[in-house]
Amino acid sequence: MSINDTTAELQALADRVVEQAGSGEQIEAFVSRGGETEVRVYEGEVEHFVSAQAEGIGIRVVKNGRTGFAYAGTLDESAVHDVLGEARDNVEFGTIDEWAGLAKPDGVAPTEQALWNDALANFATDRKIDLAKELERLASGVDPRVRVDDANYADAWGEAAVASTAGIRQSGRENGCYVSVSTLADEGEGDDAETQTGFGFSVGKSPDEFDLDRAAQEASDRATRLLGAVKPASKRVTVVLDPFVTAQFLGVISSTLNGEAVVKGRSLFADRLGDQVASAGVTLVDDPTNPKAYTSTDVDGEGLAARRNVLIEGGVLKRFVHNSYSARRAETVSTGNATRGGFAGTPGVGCLALSLEPGVRSQAEIVAGIEDGLLVQQMQGLHSGVNPISGDFSTGAAGLLIVNGEVGAPVREFTIASTLQRMLLDIVEVGGDIEWLPMSAAGMSLVISDITMSGN
Amino acid sequence: MIDQDVLERVLSGATATGADFAEVYAEDKRSTSAGLDDGRIEQVTSGRDQGAGIRVIADETTGFAYTSDLSEAGLAAAAAAAATAAKQGGGGVKTVGLKLSEQHRPNTIVHNPDSIAKARKVELLNRMNDAARSYGPEIVQVSAGYGDSTKRVIVANSDGVFADDEIIRTLLRINAVATADGGMQTGYQSMGHTVGFEIFDTVDVEELAREAARQAVTKLAARPAPSGEMPVVIKHGTGGVLFHEACGHGLEADHIQKGASVYAGKVGKQVANPLVTLVDDGTMPGEWGTLGIDDEGQRTQRNVLIEDGILTDYMWDFLRSRKDGRPQSGNGRRQSYQHLPMVRMTNTFVMNGPDDPDDVIASTPNGVYVAKLGGGSVNTASGDFVFGMTEAYLIENGTITEPLRDGNLIGNGPKVLQDIDMLANDFSMGSPGTCGKDGQGVPVGDGQPTLRVKALTVGGTAA
Repeated sequence: MSINDTTAELQALADRVVEQAGSGEQIEAFVSRGGETEVRVYEGEVEHFVSAQAEGIGIRVVKNGRTGFAYAGTLDESAVHDVLGEARDNVEFGTIDEWAGLAKPDGVAPTEQALWNDALANFATDRKIDLAKELERLASGVDPRVRVDDANYADAWGEAAVASTAGIRQSGRENGCYVSVSTLADEGEGDDAETQTGFGFSVGKSPDEFDLDRAAQEASDRATRLLGAVKPASKRVTVVLDPFVTAQFLGVISSTLNGEAVVKGRSLFADRLGDQVASAGVTLVDDPTNPKAYTSTDVDGEGLAARRNVLIEGGVLKRFVHNSYSARRAETVSTGNATRGGFAGTPGVGCLALSLEPGVRSQAEIVAGIEDGLLVQQMQGLHSGVNPISGDFSTGAAGLLIVNGEVGAPVREFTIASTLQRMLLDIVEVGGDIEWLPMSAAGMSLVISDITMSGN
Repeated sequence: MIDQDVLERVLSGATATGADFAEVYAEDKRSTSAGLDDGRIEQVTSGRDQGAGIRVIADETTGFAYTSDLSEAGLAAAAAAAATAAKQGGGGVKTVGLKLSEQHRPNTIVHNPDSIAKARKVELLNRMNDAARSYGPEIVQVSAGYGDSTKRVIVANSDGVFADDEIIRTLLRINAVATADGGMQTGYQSMGHTVGFEIFDTVDVEELAREAARQAVTKLAARPAPSGEMPVVIKHGTGGVLFHEACGHGLEADHIQKGASVYAGKVGKQVANPLVTLVDDGTMPGEWGTLGIDDEGQRTQRNVLIEDGILTDYMWDFLRSRKDGRPQSGNGRRQSYQHLPMVRMTNTFVMNGPDDPDDVIASTPNGVYVAKLGGGSVNTASGDFVFGMTEAYLIENGTITEPLRDGNLIGNGPKVLQDIDMLANDFSMGSPGTCGKDGQGVPVGDGQPTLRVKALTVGGTAA
């Protein structure tokens, strides 16, 4: 953990709030500050340039089993005073909850992480603009049918401190950056005119980690490969999910393994610890201590050490993820999975850096063994067509048909459907092509059988 | 919030590098929310967000900075950062003279939520919890949320625009879980309005809760949704999201100007069945997408987008209207002072058609009846869009029969607009929505009468 002067200031402010706790009162103060630069380029010119910073404080008060919370988007001394007053006032309206309370230090040491990069902090503005322009130029040059909708450079930094009457005291800072490009590919004239979209990106601890060529190539390929796509006939198929799609799928699965959902009776796996819930080749791990993960971190949203948790091993359900509240209710200990969206919210529960244990084969090797299938390159509507409580799964999709071991015609405007319970059991193979993506899960090719494809 | 002379000096200073345009958007928002879950009021939250976003434009380049410091020094620093971020322009320093526009307040507020005791807000949640749980023994879990906010907004720019607004919101939502041998099912209801606490004099919160419970219990007996193309009837007041996705986003002028919409170049052309008249109206009293001014200080208005199937106009913000040399339409919106404005919808709806709603179902031999839609999304360039059904039934021989499990529907916007072949006369507005675009969420409303699409792809698992 790297502490600099401004981070220490935040810690001191959090400490001062906590010192004001009265008898029988538990207080937690979370203070943060962050900034961002965002450059958007269009047709060789800067379309917009955003440069700003913001800060704020959230205070949670627990007294006699009741909880109250308040926040403000400022660290102004009088505002902080008001926030504490509001949080105390709000306590009166909570229901007594025997499990209410703050996280207590559990003796687990945080894994050191290199979350701050000085080279990025000192990276010149002109070069940020140049990177976005360069990416736009590269993406426009891959294929004559492709034009660029926008090309972006973005970086962000944040520092935060948390303190509580339960003895939590943690602070740290981190930064990161990415470039991204959105593309449009056109084909045909008049009534036959067709436009498809693509995107590419590259993330890094510092800009020298960017691979602009790959981002440009992927953005171009994603847009052009769907040109001429038709709506397929309805049938049951084996699907191969692209790594990006697999990572989205794991994000959905993670909500069923959430300890809060479990203790409140909202997880379809609530009573299934020790059961075979996935096929034998499936091992699912949440490991924010892995420095390769985009969301790697040293501490969780309550200030406890982030840690490696094996959730499913050989298809058997081993563990749910918990924060301190859900853990107390489940009569277990926190797994270091408190999430916090910022100073304006209280800790929730969630997976931090999920991955399936990768297999060995590449996507090409996997596809070669499939007679009749579908390579899914896009899912659309995960938030509207998937119900993680009932398990119903249905999303829009686009991709390529697989015929006799080879990828063939592009298809779009259809859905793929099953249930989450069945999909886990129907996993045929996990690819070896693991890729850490800018989300809280890694991706790799994933083969799932018996999926209903709805088209014509 | 900020004095007029301070705004004038900050705007003038922001143009010191020769920019064409400078704008200050300032907001002061206070909010209260309360959450109930598992029978307990988990927590009441009070929030305060205050700050200003400053936009400086030179040629085609926008510089933007924001600050939570509303003092003249804080604003001047943000203005300098925004001006540096914009390109250096050829103009001189502008002298800015502001005159406050006449107020436009579509909503009448009786009881500002800030004046209501927190205990009364919490009581609403307890009443909903009790009502949902007494619906039946199958209801095993209930969560509910209450939220209100009061946001004061000032927008001033170097063209002399100076306007203010006060937006009050009240929101309730409830989620019920029912269980049986076949597993768990969920029901969801919400209501949100841009009015004060008086809304609860007329809204029956227990009924809202029972409705969520009924939905969850009904779905316990649901069979897997069918798979493939078929006629789909969508109940009034639940399907506005279809138009929001099928064409609303595609009619936003930013997508049009970049050639990233299937509706580019189609003004004056037949883009929908002649039954369809589509309107975006930011002035509807009390609706979730209603505003007095948009987030660029432009008075909101009623915009007819499609009339009898003919595309009449797109939606516009400052930048896109400036580029096309035409008036703004009151559709420049942003999530908060920390965000740049862009073209967004307000309340988007389809007007009544000629049909009797019962006839729409009776004249559909076989298909799906959607009683409640969830969210959706669209790719504006290809026109492909999806939306979820969270309460749906089979239609067999012109009659609504068995309930169906959740799933997505998929279609292509331009084709679906042409395929709307029946439109009823029972228009109503739907539930409050949050529309996401380019990482920003803004509150929107939608509405529609009962309608039929002659062919949509239903994404179930049954043959």
